Amino acid sequence: MTSSALISFDRVGHSYRSNAGVLVPALADVSLDIAQGEFVALLGPSGCGKSTLLYLLGGFVPIRDGEIRVAGKPVTGPGRDRGVVFQSFALFPWKTVRQNVRYGLERMSLPRAEQEARTARLIDMVHLNGFEDHFPLQLSGGMRQRVAIARTLAVDPAILLMDEPFGALDAQTREIMHEELLAIMARRPMTTVFVTHDVREAVYLADRVAVMSARPGHIKEVVTIDLPGRTEPGVQKTAAFGAYVERLWGLVKNEAVQAAAGR
Amino acid sequence: MSRSATVVGAVKPKLDRPREKGTAVVNWLVRWFPLAILAITWEAAPRLGLVNPASLPPLSVVVAALGRLAMGGDLLANGLKSLFRLVCGLGLAILAGVPLGLTMAWFRPVRAVFGPLVRCLYPMPKSALIPVLLLWLGLGDLSKITLIFLGCLLPVLISTTNGVRGVEPAMIWSARSLGRSRLAALFGVALPAAMPDVLAGIRSALAMSFVLLVSSEYLMSRDGLGYLISFLGDGGAYDGMFAAVLVVSILGFAADRAFNAVSRRALAWRET
Ligand SMILES: Nc1ncnc2c1ncn2[C@@H]1O[C@H](COP(=O)(O)OP(=O)(O)OP(=O)(O)O)[C@@H](O)[C@H]1O
Ligand SMILES: [Mg+2]
Repeated sequence: MTSSALISFDRVGHSYRSNAGVLVPALADVSLDIAQGEFVALLGPSGCGKSTLLYLLGGFVPIRDGEIRVAGKPVTGPGRDRGVVFQSFALFPWKTVRQNVRYGLERMSLPRAEQEARTARLIDMVHLNGFEDHFPLQLSGGMRQRVAIARTLAVDPAILLMDEPFGALDAQTREIMHEELLAIMARRPMTTVFVTHDVREAVYLADRVAVMSARPGHIKEVVTIDLPGRTEPGVQKTAAFGAYVERLWGLVKNEAVQAAAGR
Repeated sequence: MSRSATVVGAVKPKLDRPREKGTAVVNWLVRWFPLAILAITWEAAPRLGLVNPASLPPLSVVVAALGRLAMGGDLLANGLKSLFRLVCGLGLAILAGVPLGLTMAWFRPVRAVFGPLVRCLYPMPKSALIPVLLLWLGLGDLSKITLIFLGCLLPVLISTTNGVRGVEPAMIWSARSLGRSRLAALFGVALPAAMPDVLAGIRSALAMSFVLLVSSEYLMSRDGLGYLISFLGDGGAYDGMFAAVLVVSILGFAADRAFNAVSRRALAWRET
């Protein structure tokens, strides 16, 4: 609502129609402003509507209750200004790594050589050199996620939406991906909305963490993370980091218990 | 750059590993062994008097009859006629079934209107239409092409619809947020993603097309391989009849193998 907000959610709600035809509320009255360049994590128990909120912002699901504005304009559909990385990777399995990464560039009226150069640069950035001609099904989970990230970053979106992008990865790979994501962000800052239910991940990556309540989801509390030297190696072992994790964990646990009881 | 070169070197050989020659020969033998047994049994049973040679002539006799049919030109003329009908009927079914299936998958109102119709017509045995089509369209090509078209349309349409509806929404959304219109996402993403289902539908339609071709030619025709079978059988030329049956079987088998090979190439991305 303030003029400095790049993204603003204004009393956004959403209901899904169940198979029986009844409307089931998934989100209710979500309001949140996100500033240019900010990294916001959406944290909440399973089923609280985190993905739904991201799909609404992405313009994939029509917004019926409330309004979402990006740079002052109401969201009415998908656009290249909002790049999305899905939890399921959503790569095109019949395209090679190179073709997947190049996909978004093909409609940008760039000269062919520039397309190729950018594709090569992105593949290099996510360390997939040598795998350009592999199909996604020939890659490991971590590699597929790198392809998905490269494909999204190729079109240089101002806003990056990530839906539990590292949820399917093992702990070590996830850790490596965190560091790589921060390194990419340091070079090319983007306004980011990052969905997760991993508290440590949220504290490590985000400037602010929005904790969502159990269904119907709304924003319960927004915690600003103020950790100096986030990219320093030992940050996860500091007392300040631990305190944030503890506090957020307390907030989320409560909701998770309620969510489980609501089933 | 030297780094990428080493990675390529490390990965490439694993992908196109040359198949061992010995294994290839063994595989080949195993694959054709059952057919060889069948051929030997076919030859031996009538000769040993296990079956009446009048109702099952030995394979060598059938092959000789096949040679005569081929030399006389009957086989080629009727075979081409049949092939023409098959290609037209199946081709039209694919040309109509895939776009219709896409439309039904993509637009809910279209699905609401045509869905019940498709569900009603799908289980209906299309061979029941043979007398009707004979009455309406006569003995020529049109009645057979129409029958094959009708029999193949729904398998292609339904598998296309199911395939497209099964595509993960996030894949379509990725395309949309990377600058594609809804229509471009349909043809550029939903269709290729559904291709395994589309091709499986076409494959079952191909088998169906042979059934409908031969039975319609058998019952309402003056030419074609089905007619040849009925004509030779009615005239008591059983060696010739078996030769024509053999030709139809081999054609059906070859068409299926060829289609399978093409599908596998088109879906090479699925093989890991
Ligand atoms: N297509 C749909 N049809 C009906 N209900 C849905 C649909 N998608 C989601 N829901 C319901 O809406 C609620 C919110 O779902 P959503 O996927 O947004 O949750 P989430 O917070 O992302 O959960 P998770 O952490 O498990 O991914 C859930 O209770 C879910 O059952
Ligand atoms: Mg989710």
